[in-house]
Amino acid sequence: MEIKREKLDGPPSDFRARQLTSRDLLRGDLEGEDLERYVEQSIMTTTLEKAVSWSQGNSIYPMTFGLACCAIEMMTIVGARMDIARFGWEAFRASPRQADLLILSGRVSVKMAPVIRRIYDQMLEPKWAISMGACCSSMGVFNNYALVPSDKFMPIDVHVPGCPPRPEALMHGILRLRDKIQGHEPEGWRRRYDAVGTEEVLTPEDGGESIRDGAINVFPGGDTAGA
Amino acid sequence: MPDATGLELTAHELRDVNAESIIGTDFQRQRAVLLAEPAHIVEVLTALHAKGYTFLTSLHGVDYYPEEPRLGVLYEMMDMKAVDRISVKARVPLDDPHIATVTDLFPGAEFPEREVFDMFGVIFDGHPDLRRILMPEDFEGFPQRRDYPMGGEPVLFTYNEEKSYGRWQ
Repeated sequence: MEIKREKLDGPPSDFRARQLTSRDLLRGDLEGEDLERYVEQSIMTTTLEKAVSWSQGNSIYPMTFGLACCAIEMMTIVGARMDIARFGWEAFRASPRQADLLILSGRVSVKMAPVIRRIYDQMLEPKWAISMGACCSSMGVFNNYALVPSDKFMPIDVHVPGCPPRPEALMHGILRLRDKIQGHEPEGWRRRYDAVGTEEVLTPEDGGESIRDGAINVFPGGDTAGA
Repeated sequence: MPDATGLELTAHELRDVNAESIIGTDFQRQRAVLLAEPAHIVEVLTALHAKGYTFLTSLHGVDYYPEEPRLGVLYEMMDMKAVDRISVKARVPLDDPHIATVTDLFPGAEFPEREVFDMFGVIFDGHPDLRRILMPEDFEGFPQRRDYPMGGEPVLFTYNEEKSYGRWQ
């Protein structure tokens, strides 16, 4: 059987040739210009920071922590249909000391908030938090005396809207968080589509007093009466 | 459920023991309710227990704002052998919301009574451990009363997002 060898100029066309070159390298037979060229083709340079954030974003350990009905959707992303393991996030840790990510999946009551803050404080840096669903972002349908929005007592990286969000939505939030960790945070849709100034407000012609006061379905700043 | 006649008979039986214990009866939609005097509630429940209603299914509170007496405590009794239910309702005024505990008769009433105290402020005299059960211990007021403010936060929109409490810079 005749074995054809090719020089490694340009894109290698023959897999077998590359295999043999690698074997030569391991034996120590590759020398001179061939060795230089081989090394040049095998090395990728980057910064340490980028490499670290790349690996951090691909090996998040979420905390095993469910609060309410959103937790059911959160469990789904571990299953076969969504399969969070594709991104290396599948290892849910039962201890905050081992976890990198806190997914707040459900409503946070006033009594639960100190507990969550404590769990978050126990997590080791670097750590992230996803606020999942309407309840822990804006209190949703439970906008009353019993709940507290999670932004009030801990920093949140990604908010996932929905009541509850579908697993796809949570996956999207997770991928956005991964982008954030890896340092290429996506622009908001308003900036991406050059849509600044499209906020949901009434102009004076439509009956609003000013562009700020005429916003639909909101309360004046700080006034919670009738919330 | 006892029918309307059965409810009246039960009320008469209880009135024979203590004429002041039952104020009235109410029979609506197949639901029999005895309106009891709060001072004699333990007596009424003991008598019903002896009659066969041995299981306290539920104990809960109601606010009848603006009626007086405002607060109500409801005891849902059940006869497990005859599969028969009867409700006992006791109304307590807001300025003196005291009623005797039934934990001696039904030990399982301890947590429901704590909840009624937590949410409506009804004080159960003789309760072994009358503390708040759901709300934080330093919470002020009784949130399920009708005149308690709803609370809540203004929802953030794009127009007021710069005022967000989520800005942690």
